[in-house]
Amino acid sequence: MLAPMVPPGHEGAMALLDTTQKLSILADAAKYDASCSSSGTRDRNSRDGKGIGSTNGGGGICHAYAPDGRCISLLKILLTNSCIFDCHYCINRKSSNVRRARFTAQEVVALTLDFYKRNYIEGLFLSSGIIHSSNYTMEQIVEVARSLREDHDFRGYIHLKTIPDADPALIEAAGRHADRISINVELPTVGGLKRLAPEKSEQRIEGAMGQMRTAIEDGADARSRYRSAPVFAPAGQSTQMIVGADAATDRDIVHRAAHLYGRFALKRVYYSAFSPIPDASAVLPLRRPPLMREHRLYQSDWMIRFYGYAPEEVGDAADPATGMLPLDIDPKLAWALRFRDRFPVDVNRAPREMLLRVPGLGPRPVQSILSIRRHRTLRLEDIARLTNSVKRLRPFIVTADWRPLLLGDRADLRPLVAPRQEQLELFAA
Amino acid sequence: MRRIRLEAEDDVDGWRGAARALAAARVPAEDVVWQVGDHPTDLFAEDAPLPAGPAPRVPRRFLSIAAHAALHRQPERFSLLYRLLLRLQSQPHLLEDEADPQLRQVEQLARQVRRDSHKMHAFLRFREVPEGRFVAWHEPEHHILRANAGFFVNRFTNMKWSILTPGGSLHWDGETLLDGPPARRADAPGADPVEGAWKAYYAAIFNPARVMVDAMLKEMPKKYWRNMPETALVPELIAGARKRELGMIDTAPRRAPVSLDSLREEAMGCRRCPLWQPATRTVFGEGPPDAEIMIVGEQPGDQEDLAGRPFVGPAGQLFDRAIAEAGIDRARVYVTNSVKHFKFEPRGKRRIHARPNAGEIDACKWWVDQERRMIRPQLLIAMGATALRSLTGRPIPVGQARGTAVPLPDGGSAWVTVHPSYLLRLPPDADKDAEFARFVSDLRQARVSSFGAKGV
Repeated sequence: MLAPMVPPGHEGAMALLDTTQKLSILADAAKYDASCSSSGTRDRNSRDGKGIGSTNGGGGICHAYAPDGRCISLLKILLTNSCIFDCHYCINRKSSNVRRARFTAQEVVALTLDFYKRNYIEGLFLSSGIIHSSNYTMEQIVEVARSLREDHDFRGYIHLKTIPDADPALIEAAGRHADRISINVELPTVGGLKRLAPEKSEQRIEGAMGQMRTAIEDGADARSRYRSAPVFAPAGQSTQMIVGADAATDRDIVHRAAHLYGRFALKRVYYSAFSPIPDASAVLPLRRPPLMREHRLYQSDWMIRFYGYAPEEVGDAADPATGMLPLDIDPKLAWALRFRDRFPVDVNRAPREMLLRVPGLGPRPVQSILSIRRHRTLRLEDIARLTNSVKRLRPFIVTADWRPLLLGDRADLRPLVAPRQEQLELFAA
Repeated sequence: MRRIRLEAEDDVDGWRGAARALAAARVPAEDVVWQVGDHPTDLFAEDAPLPAGPAPRVPRRFLSIAAHAALHRQPERFSLLYRLLLRLQSQPHLLEDEADPQLRQVEQLARQVRRDSHKMHAFLRFREVPEGRFVAWHEPEHHILRANAGFFVNRFTNMKWSILTPGGSLHWDGETLLDGPPARRADAPGADPVEGAWKAYYAAIFNPARVMVDAMLKEMPKKYWRNMPETALVPELIAGARKRELGMIDTAPRRAPVSLDSLREEAMGCRRCPLWQPATRTVFGEGPPDAEIMIVGEQPGDQEDLAGRPFVGPAGQLFDRAIAEAGIDRARVYVTNSVKHFKFEPRGKRRIHARPNAGEIDACKWWVDQERRMIRPQLLIAMGATALRSLTGRPIPVGQARGTAVPLPDGGSAWVTVHPSYLLRLPPDADKDAEFARFVSDLRQARVSSFGAKGV
């Protein structure tokens, strides 16, 4: 293994850390990135290769789960946690007192391969603090991916976080080696970004995301015409925003996410509930937002992506005064309670879009209902077999042998259909 | 009774061949006994040859469900699948009826087998042994070992590896795959030099501020733990989590005077509730960033809305007089409102003050919390019901709490008194001087409680 090169201006003490110590520091620094997904790429294997690695297009694999309930799929680390920026929400900001460390490109390559060979991971998610310049840092990130792919014929998953200001040629190189590229928008509002990440600019971030979209689409287009065309970030691009550090309401966040999905053809928008970080900047709220808030935002994300709700409709599920989604019930149920005149829905007749709006019916049972009703009419017991809790569903549906009474007028509907309080405590902050 | 002998527990092809012939001959499911290897299942069954007939037709999806369900450890699986196959001959659309109990049962078997395979891909751990060979010990629940060989060959093609299980083993030398006998845990290596780094990674990537043990256990049940080295760390990580999170909060710096301006600037564009629309502007708090006293009022009034500064109207003037009498230096107080926009009802040419509702107070609480966080006052005073609701998060009658310090949900406390506008709206027969004196006395008492008799 090569001795780590210490760039001028960086403490020589860093070189004394061993790999495991560096790993602890640089994984600790990376954990505020929510994404660990290894899905959405093309099928690959190593049967005709010289190295190791495979991916299966559909789903990723979670090789372990941490006690925070999160999936560990990738080796998620920073190349270095030194940074010339001073973003308040970030543990690695210039003015923070955290211990700094730095990996060489070759150390990351070796660690990725060592972990992969033992079946600990699906691949690598590499990000970095910015040292010297955006271009210098991006070169290092790209070098790791290049070496894995070219020197070791590594065919596992690679996710690279790119730096918005870096040279487009470097970002292009990143896309050639990586499955997924991400650029974080960081905060849902421009005001929040200005206050908490004064050196970052929304324009530059969105500019880079726009270029990335074009590059990904050009790459896919070229592949559809020439089989030999290089692959470019086949798992697309994603982004992340921090929830609870600025004044954005849930409605603002849902609208921002919808805008990002549409404008940059993102695969995913990740939310990270701001959590207190060691050596926090004083500009941040001291208390974390309830983790349930993050969960509700992900649910609203699913409503848009899989249930056919328009972003404005999800906004309608939020409290009109505060713009916040209810924490005690999920946003789909909140929407149904607000628009009671759309219910009950006849499971034997209603179109797919309407079935998907019934609280408690997911895409799978809806598909089953559609295929069963081609041959026979459904009864309440059928719905009971297809779902987890027919009791909560009953007020919203009509079947051959069931029709709810007085749905729209019942004042006590919410306690009937809302999950019981004890269950919530598990997630409460 | 007819006996069908299958080669092994995972002999899916054997089952398929026999089931096809049996179904062609319309042999009822009750007349078939499925037997794996030489274990006799029914002493009176016989191995009679099968009569020939037209091959049964089944949807492609059935084959996929059967290929998985047949690997389940449940002994009745072969018979169950054959039953379903027979029903499919008379009910060709059976697979479209997901509410059919028998189909659901078979699908559940298939689902459990798929999950077991998925968990094998995920949780199997290789350990390196000399000569650069990698060996894993894994305990699958179902008969899935050979069915998953392809996954590991595709992934670790250029590696030499063995997978040992209690039901059999697989060995890959880079070119050919060999089937081996059942193994014991002791046959596998007990450690690997890279495990230390992996455990360090597992401990570091965990965020102690968000412990969710149930979510972890749902996806990684304890039955898998004994073959995963990193899980040994789980108890200590959970035990230490609360402490580490508190450490994060404790080490948070106490003051940041500079940032108050940028917070104010951000608040100018606040759209957290609809009150911004009719109001002229956000009226943010005012005072020195290192103030020792923070006083929270209700909301800006007509004059404050126009001036963009808190406490400049009639109530503000009364307030200035009262704190001066209470011995508090106004220049060292940070004053702010619970709601930062003026809420009013237009009446003719005048804008009449309207009480903010709970939703508006809660929406604006975010800003008040930020101000508190930055100012970190030694003494916090809530004036009126709105301020009390904002700081405590619940409705408390001012009359009850007045003159005392109420505890706040995030620690700390707030002294309670009336809002100065209350003094302006007293009925004509009330003793205005006495009420004013009482207001002053509340403020003085709060001051003395924090700073002693000599003043701020």
